[in-house]
Amino acid sequence: MSLLDVTDLTVGFDTEDGHVHAVKGISFSLEEGEILALCGESGCGKTVTAMAVPRLLPPQTTRLSGSIRLDGRELTTLPEPLMRQVRGKEVSVVFQEPMTSLNPSFTVGFQIAEVLRRHENLSRAAARNRAAELLELVGIPAPAQRIKEYPHQLSGGMRQRVMIAIAVACSPRVLIADEPTTALDVTIQAGVLDVFRDLRDRLGTAIILITHDLGVVADIADRAVVMYAGRAAEQAPVEELFARPRHPYTLGLMKALPAAAVTGPAGRRRLAEIPGMVPSPLADLDGCAFHARCPQRQDDCLAARPPLVRHGPAHLAACFHPGHSGEQP
Amino acid sequence: MTEPVLQIDSLVKHYGQVRAVDGLSLTIGQGEVLGLVGESGSGKSTVGKCVLRLTEPTSGTITLGGRDVTHLSRRAMRPLRRDVHMVFQDPYSSLNPRFSIEQIVSEPLLRHKLASRREAYGRVAAMLEKVGLRTEMMTRLPHELSGGQRQRVGLARALILEPRLVVADEPVSALDVSVQASVLNLITDLQRDMGFSCLFITHDLSVVEFLADRIAVMYLGRIVETGPTADLFAEPRHPYTQALLSAAPVPDPVKARERRRIVLRGDVPSPLDPPAGCRFHTRCPLAFDACRTVEPELADPRSGVHPAACHLVTPEHRPDAAVPGRTIEY
Repeated sequence: MSLLDVTDLTVGFDTEDGHVHAVKGISFSLEEGEILALCGESGCGKTVTAMAVPRLLPPQTTRLSGSIRLDGRELTTLPEPLMRQVRGKEVSVVFQEPMTSLNPSFTVGFQIAEVLRRHENLSRAAARNRAAELLELVGIPAPAQRIKEYPHQLSGGMRQRVMIAIAVACSPRVLIADEPTTALDVTIQAGVLDVFRDLRDRLGTAIILITHDLGVVADIADRAVVMYAGRAAEQAPVEELFARPRHPYTLGLMKALPAAAVTGPAGRRRLAEIPGMVPSPLADLDGCAFHARCPQRQDDCLAARPPLVRHGPAHLAACFHPGHSGEQP
Repeated sequence: MTEPVLQIDSLVKHYGQVRAVDGLSLTIGQGEVLGLVGESGSGKSTVGKCVLRLTEPTSGTITLGGRDVTHLSRRAMRPLRRDVHMVFQDPYSSLNPRFSIEQIVSEPLLRHKLASRREAYGRVAAMLEKVGLRTEMMTRLPHELSGGQRQRVGLARALILEPRLVVADEPVSALDVSVQASVLNLITDLQRDMGFSCLFITHDLSVVEFLADRIAVMYLGRIVETGPTADLFAEPRHPYTQALLSAAPVPDPVKARERRRIVLRGDVPSPLDPPAGCRFHTRCPLAFDACRTVEPELADPRSGVHPAACHLVTPEHRPDAAVPGRTIEY
């Protein structure tokens, strides 16, 4: 049993345009002290998958099935009052936008202390002291002064560190970070990624990192799930994934990066393109969702959906015609 | 030597107390792509806006094709607008949602009275084909298009008058990787085929490495280093450029974990009150006394090496203790 086991998770939303299939059966596990990246492009379902764990999806319109077990305890059916004790204490979230996820009218010290007072029953003074310690933990200088400041007095990078401090205040088992560095400049991003690495090393926190940036995945994750159209296309330890991508979509993403440019005819620099567009989430095709854009496609790709198949230790890919063990398929 | 398409001299733009651009000079030659790189608040977008006179410079001069346009009236500026066009970052808000694609792309032609409606139709169709959109798209509205298609429309609108200069402000930053790749290929092809010059503004080093001939790195309203793309990436000379390159994500787990990252202290200081001396000295791991008082110039004393505004590369202020040589060792 892993720390977190997600099994056959399906999430849909009822909308005016019909039923949106956001996540169509995804399974993965998370071990203690592991950094798992959920990656993919806009609309692939990575955020919905992760937000289903702390049950942060709107209950009125969400249709969810499958199982989410934290330490063996089923979260999908947990009564809301009990879930409230899980949220923020055992599973916590760092959101993408540090500008809007902090309350502008309270000091950052108050906002960190609020979590501690709620979940840990700390006194006001003890919570304040612990808030300063947490700011120090996430690398904010002069924490005793900073706890008295309001969010607008902090830079974007500092705000994101405050968000992380709030998220780790109760030493959660699982920390979910949704594009935590996307809004930040690269020189600031490097420091914030170091904070996550440090938290994992020092506190053993397991982290689910949602990102579209393969550079961030390569930098910090232990393992990655590449998602496409609501399903896992490929799942592997990060070094294995980058050395031997098996799914044509993973390979396509890697070759589309500007860093992977090749010099083509007439000395022109070219990037590999992935033609076509992501299929609409309103429809659910029978075959492989990637087939229309896939350079490897054959007739069978349309007929049935390729299951996730093992291609090596801990390496899974959902493709009938995967790349071989070398770099090129 | 042919006249530069764009020349900016000592450009200053202050928004009230905010010193967004504070003494910046650059030139772009015929058919050249200059990548203007910087982090948020460095002033890079303000430079682009000043070039198009979308905002009025506080001081300095902007010369387009040999003509000083800094103080031209709106009316006098109008014919020159044929030669300079802009591509914006957000393909969702930069197209009028009530206009069809045909109306959007033909507007520059009609506005400058360069074509009748009938002629415009043909030219729009041809332009759309160049940017990889089918002519059926002409009757569509922006909301019916994907982000990548909208950015192609933005390019078609910017290029339909065959401008000499295109200012592109983060044109691919809002796009997913797979879409970004096709738009970057398209920009490269169009630039080679049509020969326009380009001021390409971005925070993304890998994007400028892909398509720029030359790069200028901005920090707090000033250029700290500029040079040919290959030279700047092979041998960054300013400590800020070095930090920026070392912090950029590398999509290779082995390299990403082995490399030595230069982690900068603190945050970018406020452009309300930039630090005295070198603006980077508050975060620079190599700063010494002169850096806190004397502002380094972007002049290069040695020929054949690209310029960087740092006392470590312009030796007169450098203490003997600092390491001489071409690259700065940490």
